[in-house]
Amino acid sequence: MVLGCFALLSCPSALASSPTNIFDPAATPARSIFSLSMLVLSVTLAIFLIVGGLLVYALIRFRQRPSDTEHEPAQIYGSNQIELSWTVIPILIVVMLFLSTTRVIWETEAANKPVGALDVIAIGHQFWWEYRYPKLGIVTANELHIPTSDPRDPTPTYLEMSSADVAHSFWIPRLAGKTDLIPNRTNTMWIDPPEAGLYLGQCVQYCGTQHAKMLLRVYADSPAEFAAWTRKQQQIPDDNIVGNPLAQEGKATFLRTACMSCHTVAGTSATGRFGPDLTHLASRETIASGPIENTPGNLRRWIEDPESMKPGSLMPAMHLNDRDLDAITAYLTTLH
Amino acid sequence: MATSTTALEAIDVTGPTSQPPGPGIVYQWLTTVDHKKIGLMYIVYALLFLVIAGVQAMLMRIQLAVPNNHFVSPQTFNRLFTMHGTTMIFFVAVPVLFGFGNYLIPLMIGARDMAFPRLNAFSFWLSAFGGVLLYLSYFAGSGLYGAGSAPDVGWFAYAPLTSKVFSPGHSTDYWTLAVLLSGIGTTGTAVNIVATALCMRCKGMTLNRMPLLVWLYTVASCMVFVVVSPLSAAQIMLCLDRYLGSHFFDTQAGGSAVLWMHFFWIFGHPEVYILILPTFAFINEIVPVFSRKAIFGYPAMVAASVGIGFVSLSVWAHHMFTVGMGPAGNTFFVFATMVVSVPTGIKMFNWLATIWGGKVIYRVPMLFSVGFLFQFLIAGLTGIMLSSAPFDWQLSASYFVVAHFHYVIVGGIMFSLFAAFYYWYPKMTGRMMDETLGKWHFWLFVIGFHLTFDFMHIPGLLGMPRRVYTYEAGRGWEVWNFIVGIGAIVQGIATLIFVYNLIHSYFRGKEAGPDPWDAWTLEWATTSPPPDYNFAMEPTATSARPLWDLKHPDDQDSSYE
Amino acid sequence: MTQTNAIPISADEQPWVLPDKGIVGMWCLIAAEAAIFLIFVVAYLYYLGKSLSGPTPAQVLELPILGTICLLSSSLTVHAAVTALRRADVRRCSLALGATVALGSIFLLTTAQEWHHLIYEVGLTIQTNLFGTTYFSLVGLHATHVIIGLLLLSAVLLFSLGGHVTAHHAERLEVLSLYWHFVDAVWIVVFLVVYVIGR
Repeated sequence: MVLGCFALLSCPSALASSPTNIFDPAATPARSIFSLSMLVLSVTLAIFLIVGGLLVYALIRFRQRPSDTEHEPAQIYGSNQIELSWTVIPILIVVMLFLSTTRVIWETEAANKPVGALDVIAIGHQFWWEYRYPKLGIVTANELHIPTSDPRDPTPTYLEMSSADVAHSFWIPRLAGKTDLIPNRTNTMWIDPPEAGLYLGQCVQYCGTQHAKMLLRVYADSPAEFAAWTRKQQQIPDDNIVGNPLAQEGKATFLRTACMSCHTVAGTSATGRFGPDLTHLASRETIASGPIENTPGNLRRWIEDPESMKPGSLMPAMHLNDRDLDAITAYLTTLH
Repeated sequence: MATSTTALEAIDVTGPTSQPPGPGIVYQWLTTVDHKKIGLMYIVYALLFLVIAGVQAMLMRIQLAVPNNHFVSPQTFNRLFTMHGTTMIFFVAVPVLFGFGNYLIPLMIGARDMAFPRLNAFSFWLSAFGGVLLYLSYFAGSGLYGAGSAPDVGWFAYAPLTSKVFSPGHSTDYWTLAVLLSGIGTTGTAVNIVATALCMRCKGMTLNRMPLLVWLYTVASCMVFVVVSPLSAAQIMLCLDRYLGSHFFDTQAGGSAVLWMHFFWIFGHPEVYILILPTFAFINEIVPVFSRKAIFGYPAMVAASVGIGFVSLSVWAHHMFTVGMGPAGNTFFVFATMVVSVPTGIKMFNWLATIWGGKVIYRVPMLFSVGFLFQFLIAGLTGIMLSSAPFDWQLSASYFVVAHFHYVIVGGIMFSLFAAFYYWYPKMTGRMMDETLGKWHFWLFVIGFHLTFDFMHIPGLLGMPRRVYTYEAGRGWEVWNFIVGIGAIVQGIATLIFVYNLIHSYFRGKEAGPDPWDAWTLEWATTSPPPDYNFAMEPTATSARPLWDLKHPDDQDSSYE
Repeated sequence: MTQTNAIPISADEQPWVLPDKGIVGMWCLIAAEAAIFLIFVVAYLYYLGKSLSGPTPAQVLELPILGTICLLSSSLTVHAAVTALRRADVRRCSLALGATVALGSIFLLTTAQEWHHLIYEVGLTIQTNLFGTTYFSLVGLHATHVIIGLLLLSAVLLFSLGGHVTAHHAERLEVLSLYWHFVDAVWIVVFLVVYVIGR
């Protein structure tokens, strides 16, 4: 293990190839964990080399040789001095590790919240993520947009986390350690990536059949991009379907069938909260909480038979005919 | 020396036992209260489940060998890891360790049986029925309302996933009742072990002469009382929730999901120590015999075990660093967890000192013990990494954790169990296990183990969560998962060689004689296998190594006491 | 080796006294049972005041004075039974056992009466709220232990009335009395938690 771990560390190409590498931190919490982990790794490696080396030496040096006489070796029953020394030295190492660990715990968990912080409420569902921006009046799902944070003028994002059903856990390895989303309880965490980009992760607390495909996508946008995204999300996309009869028909079908009892589209009578908010569905790059690219073809297949794309997903197949499917797909693709 | 020791041939004083005509051999085994027969039944039962749970592991590794695989469905995969974990902990590790304990403890303290032979049989059959009940779920788990066959809630079954709302049907009922039954059986056997160790010792065997194996089993059994009971209590609450509609873990009615986590891990973490202490016990017996030296620091070993027992009761929430306990709670559990490494380190150094200056004989039991020492060292060190809470925020619930605890359970517990099999098989059957097959088994298993579990750490560091039935391509996990899969197959082959060796040696093995390893504890003073009454005369312990004293009248252990 | 297959035995007779296995076993069982009760007590205390709806303990619970007095005094009578049996006074032993069974039964009756009141008059069941959940399970768990103890004590009482109990059985009766003392001790905890702190 230790060999493998250090082979990995010494081989940067293996690191760079993973978008979810904990040793490639991109935000403050992940970075302080990284430096702590390097300390812990070097201490444990040193212990391994010393104890393992002694063990190898003893096992070779004191093996039974053919030339040995029948006599048993001298019997030694113990030595208080030696035993005391290998009690005290580990205690000192433990104290050292404990103190450096404690510092990082308090640094991360008891950090002061800056004034420029953005608040987001994250709610775990079986098997998707709901994000609400209370101050901005935005509700979205599965793709979290946050502003980048300049270390000189930090604008970190504070996530207030809970769950609508069972326990989930939020983990973007390059940004921070994980935090559980537990029903009837609120946890908080914060992230502050200085670089724009897409950061990946997924649910890490087993939450049912499709735990594996409950992926996380965090888009860190530059302040200008984030402002643009915010404006767009705050609008109600109701005029997009003007002059698009198929989409108009789709909207009518959407509001007529059971779709509306689970999904919300702002500005319409669809206000369900059991499934993801679809108000700006077309602005997202993926559907079904990450694993499927958001194309009209995929969307149609997904509506037709969710089970074939994400078995165990709680979205039921509505048994729509081809015409209804086309219409609803056409409507949904207008929701920019 | 207070007592004069004489040597006496252990002749079968009662003459050949005449079997009363009547019930056949099956009936005899079903109704037996003999600790040796019960011990063997525990072991055979555990081996059976080991094979089943091993096949489940194999299926999971095939599914994960390549990304986006469709070898099994998500539901099937979730059942596989739930059954694999539950089976391995409750119906393999616990029974096989209690099996060895049952067999060895009375022999090592010079007793003729356990303190409560009928309780012993009762406990075994409870555990056995628990395992059968768990697997009945495959046929009956759908219940009247459909939804699911085998349980799929994971072996720690976090609430509220286990509630009627999220887990309809009866699969979770099978899980909770099976675990409850096995828990009651475990407690019964633990009561028996403590009572046996305290009340059945032969003359002269004071507590400071008791073999370390008996000491460690006693400590582990005492832990069973205080940690298996919380699990049983939590299972009772879960049953009440599911059957009577109470709200212990019902978050809709104000119940707490975190409370279940606490109750489960109050059991779950000390359970690891309950499993590892008996395996330390095996190493404590085997390493000295194959190094030809007394164990180094007997009192320190006892103190360290008791210390581990106490400290391990206060570390459980290190499984919960990510549930938001707040900085103060996290800091406390970091400290408690790191402190456990001190007594564990003492044990490691004492084994090193036992080997130091000895004459190490590399027979198969010793090979597995050496494997144990290295792998347990590494498992301990990755444990220190995980105990550092911030590092754990990254590592917990990832494949790094899976690799870590398999390093403990396979690299530690399993290796020392294999050592124990090769070491005590001659005593149990009267025949030696085949040495060549044993060496094949050892080397193949070492290779397979390291292929699997060394490389399993890496996808964890690269962000791969545990308990996913498949994963996205392009995250850098593919290569490692493929290597892990190959290692799993190599381990499977090695295990088959082991099982073949067990069967082959039973019929063809070399006659062992009473004391094939030239060892020092009392079980080697009687015939192999021992008669029903264990010892023809009640033995006397003159020191911690009565047979050493007998074999070396001029250099007695007792003179160093 | 020259002396394999030999059992080391000692020629001289020394006194070798070990603890009684019944007592040790019962203490182990008590430790395990105490841990179970502890978890239920923790759940009770943790959920105090967390119910989303009524009724609350203060509204519906009365102090069970009579039951408590009976149960606690039954500890004295069972102790008297053991002492009597040690002195081979089987008659006194039977009397004390009978008193114990009677006192324990009165306790059970008061619990039954309380439950009847709560379920049929107040309408509080295990499903009502977190208070109902934790109250019925904790008190019910204790009552189950009382029932088991009463069954065992009644069995001994029947044996002693039938003349099958002698002074030889004093140690066994002592093991049983240990269990009964434990059940009483648990009641003190339950009483404090449910009826004193919990109200």
